[in-house]
Amino acid sequence: MQRFSALSIFRRGLAGHESWQPQWRRAAPKGAYDAIIIGGGGHGLGTAYYLAAEHGLTNIAVVEKGWVGGGNTGRNTTIIRSNYLFDESAALYDHSLKLWEDLSQVLNYNVMYSARGVMMLAHNVHDVQVAKRHIHANRCNGVDNEWLTPEQAKEFCPPLNISPDIRYPILGAALQRRGGTARHDAVAWGYARAADALGVDIIENCEVTAIRRDASGAVEGIDTTRGALNTRKLGVVAAGNTSVVMAMAGVRLPLESFPLQALVSEPVKPAFPCVVMSNTIHAYISQSDKGELVIGAGTDAYTSYTQRGGLHINTHTLDAICELFPMFRRMQMLRNWGGIVDVTPDRSPIIAKTPVPGLYVNCGWGTGGFKATPGSANVFAHTIARDEPHPINAPFNIERFRDGFLIDEAAAAAVAH
Amino acid sequence: MLLIQCPYCGERPESEFAYGGEAHIARPADPSTLNDDQWAAFLYMRSNTKGIHAERWRHARGCNRFFNALRDTTSDRFLAFYRTGTPRPALPERQP
Ligand SMILES: Cc1cc2nc3c(=O)[nH]c(=O)nc-3n(C[C@H](O)[C@H](O)[C@H](O)COP(=O)(O)OP(=O)(O)OC[C@H]3O[C@@H](n4cnc5c(N)ncnc54)[C@H](O)[C@@H]3O)c2cc1C
Ligand SMILES: [Zn+2]
Repeated sequence: MQRFSALSIFRRGLAGHESWQPQWRRAAPKGAYDAIIIGGGGHGLGTAYYLAAEHGLTNIAVVEKGWVGGGNTGRNTTIIRSNYLFDESAALYDHSLKLWEDLSQVLNYNVMYSARGVMMLAHNVHDVQVAKRHIHANRCNGVDNEWLTPEQAKEFCPPLNISPDIRYPILGAALQRRGGTARHDAVAWGYARAADALGVDIIENCEVTAIRRDASGAVEGIDTTRGALNTRKLGVVAAGNTSVVMAMAGVRLPLESFPLQALVSEPVKPAFPCVVMSNTIHAYISQSDKGELVIGAGTDAYTSYTQRGGLHINTHTLDAICELFPMFRRMQMLRNWGGIVDVTPDRSPIIAKTPVPGLYVNCGWGTGGFKATPGSANVFAHTIARDEPHPINAPFNIERFRDGFLIDEAAAAAVAH
Repeated sequence: MLLIQCPYCGERPESEFAYGGEAHIARPADPSTLNDDQWAAFLYMRSNTKGIHAERWRHARGCNRFFNALRDTTSDRFLAFYRTGTPRPALPERQP
């Protein structure tokens, strides 16, 4: 791996930048692997990286039907925070947040993690109570989160309209200062490059079409559009397509796949200092380092695999943005797109062993899994390598739906993340 | 925005409707006889079909009645609308 540093960029710059190698090999499938990961998004690539870096498994393949980071990883609005209500969630998301802090150094890749603060607005009495409950619960778990009055919120984010006569006036906000954003593509590319350097084969344009099992029912291998591959350990990290892939092994999951859309504006000079979310009126916004406003909406109502949704969802969100931030009223929107998010009934993920020996699944991240990429990958690698969950992901099993141990962030927040 | 045909009122924009999830999931006749796995399957497990999906819609801002539809989740095209309580219609061979 050619390491990136100011010096290496300067030296290769003098030579016209022609001596750079591709950041990962264009690996061809090779017969058998100690472990195979299905899905080359951030979570899948990260899993392969931690398997190699922390568990010594290097004969691994990541099999991706399209291109690395072309799924939800490359389509999301990159909000990172860890102020979830329940103890189990706080442990998982905060594990991730801690890994974000030095991820660029660990991967030698600038993932542009920027702890600029995530502010969640409260518009009614219910919102205020929910936000304060979160703040107290977070503090008990050592997760920072603080209450701001409308004036303090405006001081933190000057474009905010705190006028009391708007349709949904702002009664206050919860602020997690360690929250922020990162560069989505860089996360996929950084993990891909670092995993590749440890020997992991990243096989793009390779769709998994079947999961093969032996007489005992255990995983034996997969069939793909680029041939059959053998393995005894198979990790499925296929986000919106998880139900389809798991059906190949006869496993039904409590998942439904919905379109989730986002849009970006024309780029402008730095005007927006932080991330602002309003779950009540379905809008969230930040400004990328390129200058675009990055705006996210709620999910469409119906299940779908089309990676697009209805325009009315976006216009509803823009109505809210224009009222909260009147200065953006005349901005032009440049692009909008959708991803397919896999949603569980309790809005918490599943990172677990399955009833099929050798088959592991990491899914159900729904609208909010980007923030969890490093932590999720880290504990999932542990689960695959040791054939038992890490204490952090043990509660995020499939059996919780049978046994009644839901981690009900849905009821707690009733929101997109 | 989808155009949805309420079997009672006709074609209306999606914004008049509420989505009701997968169709034909009958509530168990005698819940007390179910074990935990069966109960979890009824409550939480879904087909999440990639392809033709039978689903419920409710004309929430119209006649307020539930009905069923078949929709291709790879294109979002509706293939059939039918009343609750009637069986899932067989589809003609797919047109190119
Ligand atoms: C519009 C939008 C906004 C979002 N905003 C946020 C946010 O602000 N903050 C946040 O935390 N989260 C957000 N999310 C959620 C977040 O994007 C996801 O939870 C996260 O990126 C999931 O990562 P992943 O690696 O599991 O999935 P993906 O990146 O989707 O990777 C899964 C991969 O599996 C591949 N695959 C599927 N089937 C097969 C097959 N049969 N064979 C081979 N490969 C296959 C796919 O091609 C895909 O590349 C958002 C999502 C969307 C769509
Ligand atoms: Zn009607």
